[in-house]
Amino acid sequence: MSTPSSFAAPANPMRAYASMADMTASAPAHPEPSDRARPLARSIDLRSEPGPVRFIIIVLAVSFLTIFVVLPLLVVFASAVSSGIGPYFAALAEPEAISAIKLTLLVAAISVSLNLVFGVLAAWAIAKFDFRGKTFLITLIDLPFSVSPVISGLVFVLLFGAQGYWGAWLQAHDIHVLFALPGIVLATIFVTFPFVARSLIPLMQEQGTHEEEAAISLGSSGLQTFFRVTLPNIKWGLLYGVLLCNARAMGEFGAVSVVSGHIRGETNTMPLLVEILYNEYQFVASFAIASLLAMLALITLIVKIVLERRLDEGQIPRDH
Amino acid sequence: MTIEVRNIVKKFGAFAALDHVDLKVGKGELLALLGPSGSGKTTLLRIIAGLDWPDAGEVWIDGENALGHGASERHVGFVFQHYALFRHMTVFENVAFGLRVQPRAIRKDEAAIRARVKELLDLVQLDWLANRYPSQLSGGQRQRIALARALAIEPRILLLDEPFGALDAKVRKELRQWLRSLHSEIHVTSIFVTHDQEEALEVANRVVVMDKGRIEQIGTPGEVYDHPASAFVHGFIGESIVLPVEVSGGSVRLGGRPLNIGSDGAASGASRLFIRRHDMAIGPAGTGSLEGAVRRVRSFGPIQRAEVALTGGEGKTVIEIDAPRDRELQPGEIIGLQPRRYRIFAAQD
Repeated sequence: MSTPSSFAAPANPMRAYASMADMTASAPAHPEPSDRARPLARSIDLRSEPGPVRFIIIVLAVSFLTIFVVLPLLVVFASAVSSGIGPYFAALAEPEAISAIKLTLLVAAISVSLNLVFGVLAAWAIAKFDFRGKTFLITLIDLPFSVSPVISGLVFVLLFGAQGYWGAWLQAHDIHVLFALPGIVLATIFVTFPFVARSLIPLMQEQGTHEEEAAISLGSSGLQTFFRVTLPNIKWGLLYGVLLCNARAMGEFGAVSVVSGHIRGETNTMPLLVEILYNEYQFVASFAIASLLAMLALITLIVKIVLERRLDEGQIPRDH
Repeated sequence: MTIEVRNIVKKFGAFAALDHVDLKVGKGELLALLGPSGSGKTTLLRIIAGLDWPDAGEVWIDGENALGHGASERHVGFVFQHYALFRHMTVFENVAFGLRVQPRAIRKDEAAIRARVKELLDLVQLDWLANRYPSQLSGGQRQRIALARALAIEPRILLLDEPFGALDAKVRKELRQWLRSLHSEIHVTSIFVTHDQEEALEVANRVVVMDKGRIEQIGTPGEVYDHPASAFVHGFIGESIVLPVEVSGGSVRLGGRPLNIGSDGAASGASRLFIRRHDMAIGPAGTGSLEGAVRRVRSFGPIQRAEVALTGGEGKTVIEIDAPRDRELQPGEIIGLQPRRYRIFAAQD
């Protein structure tokens, strides 16, 4: 398979994490042929570390996760309700908070659906066709991951800002991009673009083009082939990419911060509002909004686990 | 339905996968494209199906220019080596696919689709698997479902790419016979690609032997086996003994020693002598045009296969012959050998 190195991930992108846990637990990566009987296999597993070493590694990993991930998350929730449930919901009912929540949902809805389309198109092009400049396209898809979000935001300021390339023209036609919804959406799309494409490319490359070819030879049109064959085959991978894309879209701070202009009740998304409230010593309100974002993270995590199972069950071809 | 391929050229970069290929397939034929990997046979099949496009040449299906249509309009059944069943659909839905994607104007109603799928599943004798998924089937079952799926659209022609290549030997043999009888039942013009000569000779009415993007020979299984047109065909089909010889003025020499055989009309110069393993007559030492020492004998079924180190030359030439078991050979024995039938081809062919 001519997988470009940056996508040399396993077909199921989540496997990378899942398999690390599996290896310590039980499943050997390459099962021994069953006819080679190993009398000691039960008591000594040559592939795994001795008991105490294993124990220490697990304890280290768990305590690291607890200190750096679980504790902060708990602090967020604890601080949010530190003055009681009443102030917590009151903070969420503030007009500024509601405006931020609405804006965040709107931005996420627009940018995720656009990235869904672009991501599928890009993955389709890369996985199913050979063309000149393919490697370049793959590099481009990765670009948002390797550029600091602040720079990403700045790019849009340079393009659409009052002193930017198109600034004068936009101003003359009374079109607001910066410090308004379009700018925030643009910055979010830029930052979250890789998620859908990257979760699909290895999957689609693994699946190849035979099923599509079979569909076409049976008289199916291009659209029928996509909706009846390609899409069902990638749906769990696609949902997974959308999920990650959405989490990032809602949580994006840097790029959005540069282009938003922080207009209260208008261009503040949830992450921006969290920072503003925090800087104004409104800890309960700040952590209340933050707790919503944290909950989003937890929901994402749970859905991700469910999707992982689906991907493992149905999506990886077992027959080649 | 007839297929005609004219002067097809297909290049992948600098590599010529097909080098000016012409081929005519008659109505109701079962044709094998036989050749080693890289000979261009699969590419030719895919071009006929419309899954690949030639750089030059023409494809006519039933008197109609096929290159004017994409694969979805050619009405060609294609069976893939790795089945390419739709993994998210049941067997039933796989077979029904071609019927369901038809334009609304000509699409059958649900009852008619069900009846047709049932009929096809009966034809491939797998109606009891209708509700399974492809991952729950064995390789042989998958291939039969793939065939049923391709037949569902009542294709004008049927193309099979290494249809048994991914199956184990026993299933492969069964499916071969089954394909033959299926073909005599439905009589659709069919081409199948294979690298397995036994499969080609056993199943096909006519065999097209390909090498390096060219057709080497077209003929019935008997013709390509008994009258190979080139050194390649002789070497590729059937087991052959190949000896480097020198032809000069009607006589044939091996390592300087004259062989007691005619030059078969071959031109003078360095040549290769091709003999089928079983076309070597065995006699006592001193008889025949070749002589050698038996090194190892394996007997199975009606034959014994012997490794014989030829005398003369550098004594390093070892050949394998098949002999009937009426006279058991012993290791160490010196025997005389005489080719009953042979062919001589120029060394550079």
